[in-house]
Amino acid sequence: MDFSILTDNFDTYMTGFFNTIKISLIGLVCSFILGAIVAVFRIAPLRILNFIGACFVEFIRNIPLILIAFFFYNGLVAFHINLSGFVAGTMALTIYTASFIAEAIRAGIQSVDKGQMEAARSSGLTYIQTMGYIILPQAIKIVIPPLGNQFLNLVKNSSILGVFAGLDLMYYADSIHEKTFDTFNTYIFVGVFYLVLTIPLSLLVGYLERRLAKTE
Amino acid sequence: MKQFKKWFVFAMVLTLVMALLAGCGGDKKEKSGGSAIDKIKKRGKLVVGVKYDTNLFGYKDPKTGDITGLDIDIAKALAKKLLGDEKKIELKEVTSKTRIPMLNNGDIDMIIATMTISEERKKEVDFSDVYFKAGQSLLVKKGSPIKGVNDLKGKKVLAVKGSTSVVNIKEKAPDAEVLEFENYAEAFTALKAGKGDALTTDNSILYGMAAQDPNYELVGGTFTDEPYGIAIKKGDKKTVKYVNDFLKELKDSGELQKIKDKWIKE
Repeated sequence: MDFSILTDNFDTYMTGFFNTIKISLIGLVCSFILGAIVAVFRIAPLRILNFIGACFVEFIRNIPLILIAFFFYNGLVAFHINLSGFVAGTMALTIYTASFIAEAIRAGIQSVDKGQMEAARSSGLTYIQTMGYIILPQAIKIVIPPLGNQFLNLVKNSSILGVFAGLDLMYYADSIHEKTFDTFNTYIFVGVFYLVLTIPLSLLVGYLERRLAKTE
Repeated sequence: MKQFKKWFVFAMVLTLVMALLAGCGGDKKEKSGGSAIDKIKKRGKLVVGVKYDTNLFGYKDPKTGDITGLDIDIAKALAKKLLGDEKKIELKEVTSKTRIPMLNNGDIDMIIATMTISEERKKEVDFSDVYFKAGQSLLVKKGSPIKGVNDLKGKKVLAVKGSTSVVNIKEKAPDAEVLEFENYAEAFTALKAGKGDALTTDNSILYGMAAQDPNYELVGGTFTDEPYGIAIKKGDKKTVKYVNDFLKELKDSGELQKIKDKWIKE
């Protein structure tokens, strides 16, 4: 390994690294919110909402991320919406991840025994109250591991922004590569930077998992 | 005991990963012996890295699948000289980003892909003599206020990754914001979509784009010299000499000029 590539291009790496953090954080928060909303749509006791939720999930998660990203970047121009690579990429990433998160949350909620909902409802709690006090606290434990997977995927998938000037870590790595011509060393540091992001995230998910298991 | 076992497994895995990484690193340094000319003759086929997305130089027609252009004609002429038949050739797609790694890996014998001879690249590969003199220019939408490199202050300029044009434009127009794309098609799409104010690369490639869409034009002339050369694996002097002799023959016979006139119409 040749550390001079890292030291010579440290500023460039850092610009990309912090942009990737920014994209990941925005994506994490927004995709979780959007995913939770869609999950609620999918299990709400209202047929039309179920249908809208199912359409969103099946449509988005069955298309490659890069196509969604190109749609936001190039496709929306036809509707006179011109987004920068950064914005378009973050939006695509958010929507894409949200479809998977929605499925994870839905599966978690539905894995809680049906009898609990019936018992709570017959004790006089409303549907919303049952969800908030009985079902969701149990579901969250089941959902944490698959949710963690999705967050990790989100961080790694953000590398797709490099394709259309999204100013992320991968984009700047390409620009370092074109100066140094050193493929191996340029990209091995990119891998290290992604690990710096994903390993703590992974550990955090594991910690949450153990922590919630204790409160049983 | 259990603790010890855990650490032992951890150390094993770590060692394996390190060994793997070291192995990868080693591959690059390995320079295989023997000149490309000998290998080509033995194989009976010339393998050339060319562009598929560059109109007029190396372009694959999506309808017919034919690959045509100035670079292709030169590659075919070389195959004819080497093996006596211009059909004894395999064209492999390269991009500005992939061509040097592919040459070093031995996937291709040489690169004929609008490649500018530069001092930095000479550290990585050897070049033949110049076969085409290009220069960097700007492509803008007709009626654009941009008339040359001096009008780029605060404007967005689109370029392609892995090309010398990025380094050049950052030098000539330091106040412009440069956005880099994977290939020329994506950069041109971005220009059409209004993602930037101008597209910069060699004029030879911009002529091809302007030929595709007459709403765009070249402005400001050229502001760099971009001599195109054929890239050959570092240290392969025999092949470099052979290719240089070939280019000289092509030039003296007037064949090179004929190929140029066929593709570039200014």
